[in-house]
Amino acid sequence: DDRLLTEPLRHPDFFNVKELFTLKDLFDARVHLGHKKGCRHRFMEPYIFGCRLDHDIIDLDQTMQHLQLALNFTAHVAYRGGIILFVSRKRQFCHLIESTARACGEYAHTRFWQGGLLTNAHVQFGPGARLPDLLVFLSTLNNVFEPHVAIRDAAKVNIPTVGVVDTNCNPCLITYPIPGNDDSPSAVELYCKLFRMTIIRAKDRRRQSEAVEELR
Amino acid sequence: TLRLICTTTAVQRKNVGASGPEKYTEAFIKKQIEEFNLGKRHLANMMGEDPETFTQEDIDRAIAYLFPSGLFDQQARPVMKHPTEIFPEQRKIQWGEDGRPFHFLFYTGKQSYYSLMHETYEKLLNVQKHQDQLMDEDLPLQKEKRNLAGSRWLTKIELEEMLLEKVSDDDYSRFIQLLQKLVALPCADIEEKYIQKFSKEVPVQLQKVLIEPLQYDERGVAFSTGEGKRKTASATAVVYDNGTGKITVNGIDILHYFPVLQDREQLLFPFQFLGRIGKHDMVCTVSGGGRSAQAGAIRLASAKALRSFVTEKEVEFMRQAGLLTVDPRVKERKKPGQEGPRRKFTWKKR
Repeated sequence: DDRLLTEPLRHPDFFNVKELFTLKDLFDARVHLGHKKGCRHRFMEPYIFGCRLDHDIIDLDQTMQHLQLALNFTAHVAYRGGIILFVSRKRQFCHLIESTARACGEYAHTRFWQGGLLTNAHVQFGPGARLPDLLVFLSTLNNVFEPHVAIRDAAKVNIPTVGVVDTNCNPCLITYPIPGNDDSPSAVELYCKLFRMTIIRAKDRRRQSEAVEELR
Repeated sequence: TLRLICTTTAVQRKNVGASGPEKYTEAFIKKQIEEFNLGKRHLANMMGEDPETFTQEDIDRAIAYLFPSGLFDQQARPVMKHPTEIFPEQRKIQWGEDGRPFHFLFYTGKQSYYSLMHETYEKLLNVQKHQDQLMDEDLPLQKEKRNLAGSRWLTKIELEEMLLEKVSDDDYSRFIQLLQKLVALPCADIEEKYIQKFSKEVPVQLQKVLIEPLQYDERGVAFSTGEGKRKTASATAVVYDNGTGKITVNGIDILHYFPVLQDREQLLFPFQFLGRIGKHDMVCTVSGGGRSAQAGAIRLASAKALRSFVTEKEVEFMRQAGLLTVDPRVKERKKPGQEGPRRKFTWKKR
């Protein structure tokens, strides 16, 4: 059992997430498109490649690295049977994200976030409720263009976060930020596809390893 | 759990009340059902009855016999019922042994409501996709008008019962708006079965008052009856056709029964309105009330009786003239602290 848990941690890319996406895929899905120069957040300047006619372009090389780290992390969490919660407050993609979560066997929250969900879970859900082990943000801002409350709450309750940060978002409290576009449908569909494939891959790998251990 | 330092012990004491009512697991409920069935058979044996055909009523009678209780509150007496009736629904724990919740929207707080919204939106997308397919093939879109008059949506309380969790007014109105949006699309016939789960038939109530047909007595003369009330007086009137305009009240002619002209005018008003003064005979009985009340009661009774002799248009005229409406005015009660219903006691400055 210890072998099962420590074996994947020895390799830098145990689940081979690099092969799931290429730079061309990201470019075709318009992940590099940011907001206008006036909307730019100060902390996103390291991740921005440049500005053309007032439109910010995100550096896709950095995005590739961050995306690989984030997908690797989610794969490890899913391998160890952790609860993954997809969060987004974009109404356009609410249905898509909920269907993705259902397909993976994980959980989603694309609706109004009640204040005490993470910090007051014993009262909200009942004693003995288990909190999510990873929060995946497909859009860090809420409908009023402010940072989502869940980022701060997850930091308070020591839950790691993976989030897609656009040029107007604050990447500070997110453990694995992914600089990229969060407004285009093609970009969000690409992210959903990638997360779904990593989680399913990790879970299948876990089942295989357990079967192999049982045979011994 | 975090350990608190430099605080009072009052904070560390567990607040049992705040955690809410106990939640039951599936295994617990199953065990309770097995125990109930076993207990039922034991009880049947004790009472000397057949364990196979022991119904709930027999159980209740047996318990009332074995444990007689003089308590007034029926719910405080000993009871043996099926566990599904005792343990309220939706109190089962929502997660499995490893802690993972069963429903994918568990962390939203309102899982059944949001899953309902999710499903309804999926149906909407399906209908739109179907519509796009038909438009690509240039086929005409179906436009059969759904009968909206005879059906209504579920009320908020019915939705709460269906979902087994509280639904706020905003949430309910959003759900209804989504359903209306779905129904408004032309190809919504595909999801008819899904929509019917949330709509109910409203029985159309006919407010029409039936006008009784004319009856004929032994001499072949047509007549009809009517009843009327006014204040405390109640009257029944029988109006005969082919008459001379004679009116009898309690066996006495109206000239003797109602000496005052005003009362006689009230009696004749329905006939005068229809222009049939000399054409009908009337025999009425009246009791209760005073002089004016009895006159008003007979007027209403005769107007109701005349409906059978007259066309529908004239009935509508009578109704608009106020001949067919029951006068709702009755004597108002006296209130304490006042001399009469409205009159206050004399106010003295000093």
